[in-house]
Amino acid sequence: MSMNKISRRGLFKASAMVGGGLMLKLSLPVNAMEGDATTLVKSNELNFYVQIASDGQITIYAPNPEMGQGIKTALPMIIAEEMGARWEDVEVIQAPVDGKKYGLQGSGGSMSVFRNFDTMRTMGASAREMLIGAASLLMEVEKKELEAKESQVVHGSGRSMSFGQLASVAAQQPVPDPEQLSYKDPRSYTILGSSVGSVDNLVIATGLSKFGIDVDVPGMKYASYTRCPRPGGKALSFNEEEIKALPGVIDAFILQPDASSGKASMAFLRGLAALQGGVAIVGDDTWSVFSAKSKLKVNWDESGASRDQWSQMIEDARDIAAKGGGEVKKAGPAVDAAFADNNNRVQEGFYEFPYVAHVCMEPMNCTVDYRKGATADLDSMEIWLGSQFPFQVKEIAENMLGVKQSNVTVHGLRMGGGFGRRAVHDFAAEAMAISHRSGLPVKLTWTRTDDIHNDYFRVGGFENMKAAISPDGKLAAWDQHYIGFANNGKPVIGSGLRGNELPMVAFDNARVTQSMMPVDTACGAWRAPGSNTNAFVEQSFIHELANLAERDHAEFLIELMGSRRWIKDGNISALNTGRAIDVIKLAVEKAGWGKTMPEGSGLGLAFYFCHAAHVAEVAEVSVDADRNFTVKKITAAIDVGPIINMSGAINQVQGSIVDGLSTMALQEITMSNGRIEQDNFHQYSVMRIAATPEIDVHFIQSDNKPTGLGEPALPPLAPAVTNAIFAATGERIRTMPLSKVGYKLV
Amino acid sequence: MSRYKLQINGDDVEVDATPDMPLLWVIRDKLKLSGTKFGCGIAQCGACTVHVDGVAVRSCVLPVSAVSGPVTTIEGLADGNDLHPLQTAWIEHDVPQCGYCQAGQIMSAAALLSTNSQPSDNDIDQALAGNYCRCGTNVRIRRAVHTAATFYNADKGNG
Repeated sequence: MSMNKISRRGLFKASAMVGGGLMLKLSLPVNAMEGDATTLVKSNELNFYVQIASDGQITIYAPNPEMGQGIKTALPMIIAEEMGARWEDVEVIQAPVDGKKYGLQGSGGSMSVFRNFDTMRTMGASAREMLIGAASLLMEVEKKELEAKESQVVHGSGRSMSFGQLASVAAQQPVPDPEQLSYKDPRSYTILGSSVGSVDNLVIATGLSKFGIDVDVPGMKYASYTRCPRPGGKALSFNEEEIKALPGVIDAFILQPDASSGKASMAFLRGLAALQGGVAIVGDDTWSVFSAKSKLKVNWDESGASRDQWSQMIEDARDIAAKGGGEVKKAGPAVDAAFADNNNRVQEGFYEFPYVAHVCMEPMNCTVDYRKGATADLDSMEIWLGSQFPFQVKEIAENMLGVKQSNVTVHGLRMGGGFGRRAVHDFAAEAMAISHRSGLPVKLTWTRTDDIHNDYFRVGGFENMKAAISPDGKLAAWDQHYIGFANNGKPVIGSGLRGNELPMVAFDNARVTQSMMPVDTACGAWRAPGSNTNAFVEQSFIHELANLAERDHAEFLIELMGSRRWIKDGNISALNTGRAIDVIKLAVEKAGWGKTMPEGSGLGLAFYFCHAAHVAEVAEVSVDADRNFTVKKITAAIDVGPIINMSGAINQVQGSIVDGLSTMALQEITMSNGRIEQDNFHQYSVMRIAATPEIDVHFIQSDNKPTGLGEPALPPLAPAVTNAIFAATGERIRTMPLSKVGYKLV
Repeated sequence: MSRYKLQINGDDVEVDATPDMPLLWVIRDKLKLSGTKFGCGIAQCGACTVHVDGVAVRSCVLPVSAVSGPVTTIEGLADGNDLHPLQTAWIEHDVPQCGYCQAGQIMSAAALLSTNSQPSDNDIDQALAGNYCRCGTNVRIRRAVHTAATFYNADKGNG
């Protein structure tokens, strides 16, 4: 069996590492430059990223959590490139969760590559200099005559020594001063920019990859947890005797809510979450505790529970839109004057987007082994989970159960999807409380229904749009009223505007107002928060205006950018209109913009800037008389600076486009009297493979610093598709998901 | 609790389980083979796909008492030291992102190739219609299945 082959290989590597001092650590200094790896390190403690065994095996530790975004492959590629290693000689291992060595080990906001690029280069260059130093000693030549490449240090004469031969001496070399290091010319890169397969592909394809849900520790029992169907309710009693008598059930008990583990409304910001009240069942296997869960009869105290009603929220939002007003985020100088001018043409539209769930393929789960110490100071905890910010669960252990953070060990495992959901650790708080109460090592697994009902949803919302077009076909006024949601008076993440989105960032006569409605349903970060809905509204409405002005959409969009400039010079998070124009032009060129389309077919364009990325997408869509629509092709043009891993980058863009299409076409979470109405995939579906379009990806590798691709290719997808449907049919869609307005993705 | 005799990846095993325990949880919790994944529990997402008697089934809804033939999981798909053509193609095309659904995708595709060694896009879409990929690796899955089909046929000397 192949797994024998694989495990033998793994075993060989492990023994080579620990055997007889053959394995050497290159102890590298903390880089003084800004970046994740330094932010939490307060002194000159050592970091550990690179090991070289005497047989030439190079081990590189990947510091950040992997959820499918490819960071476990990308960051080690940067180190390997700068070292002069052959990628084939590199084995990547996920670094332990240890902020003192590896800094901020978090994955979110698509910024891991940007934040870590300099640190990874320093680690690689430092290792290279130590290897060259060793070669200089052993070969008795000057360092400047030596070059590191292909896992060897090569002298001009042709003599060479392998990294493996040099490792033991290299480890004794002085650690270079980061300020004195030099870096490779990007034109000589052999690894960066190439297509490298994900380092875990073999174990994934053979079923040997370990996700959080696959953890198995000695003596481990299994748990389920059942919260009140109306968020915020507490369990008063349940059919305890009946549940405990079921086969495979060891224990069952009520947990009370615990605010100390984090206030839910603040959950995303601090990575914490309040323990919600509910009933825990502990048993011999997952099926026993799931089966018992389905037989639970709980008396809930719902006095403080959510009564959110999505249908009512829609009505309320329409009323608010009709009345106007709201908090002013931007006040253009002559907006009303432009609307009053009879020479101008005016367009209006009310847009709606729903709450949506993360539905990571791996339901939330966490394994905890709580061990009581002789004194409270000695209580300890070991935690295994897939998390975007695994170190943060230590804080929950301390706040909720008084376990000192120094006594908590966290194992961060590969995540079966994150998308922002695994930035909140409410499920970990439950697992901790269950292990603490039962005194057993416990794996808590959520059912899919738990996973949907207990989500921190992408917030829904509404935008009332109005704009004026001057007689010469130019934008004369823009009026945008955002109607979103707040909890405890504070807009939830992803809800609201800053007043500097497109086109306002480059257009003065704009009014942006915002009204917030209260919500108790938990909201959180969902792939490109805010952007994933704002792009739909703004980029659709710009198309509406281009049509009103009888202008070509691409030309109108480019005109809105104005002159080529960086809105905030040197600020990677600010729009660069030149880069925007370039990606728009490239996308329309590659998509054949302007070509004659058959009856019922159309091309649609959208641009969006977020996460430091400039992205334009063109959708080619056909629609039949019954509103069945097919997305035939998406052409994407993207500027995220130089590409680290071409295969990984294309994969992220393809995935974002499929995710964006699946979401805009099919997905909606609704609340009825507080209860989430969707229980499982039969009521909340994910796009099937048959609907997948052809996806054509083009990168403009500008001289920007490299930035991330986990999110920014998603936001423009929805408006590109609805704009294409308009081009095909003349029908404007202002509501997501499209299934709600009679369109079926086929 | 009853005792069930199963053949998993060529090995004869006996497990104690309630008759209604789905094969998925027998595989994962009793036999500690974690490559087969839990996704929904209602046969909607395909993450739990295994072969019973060579046919792709959703193990999350198949009670252990109803298992009627030898079971193959992702861990048993390779032939000795040789990866299955689909596994090789998955690596070659760098298909996975998070990777969680991929065992189910590969098992569904393997059942397809065992009866149709030259599938069209439409055949692939049909065979994989029951498998979700939340990361959206669909484009590469299609390509990898086509590539695997060429390996598959080459292996059999007819490609």
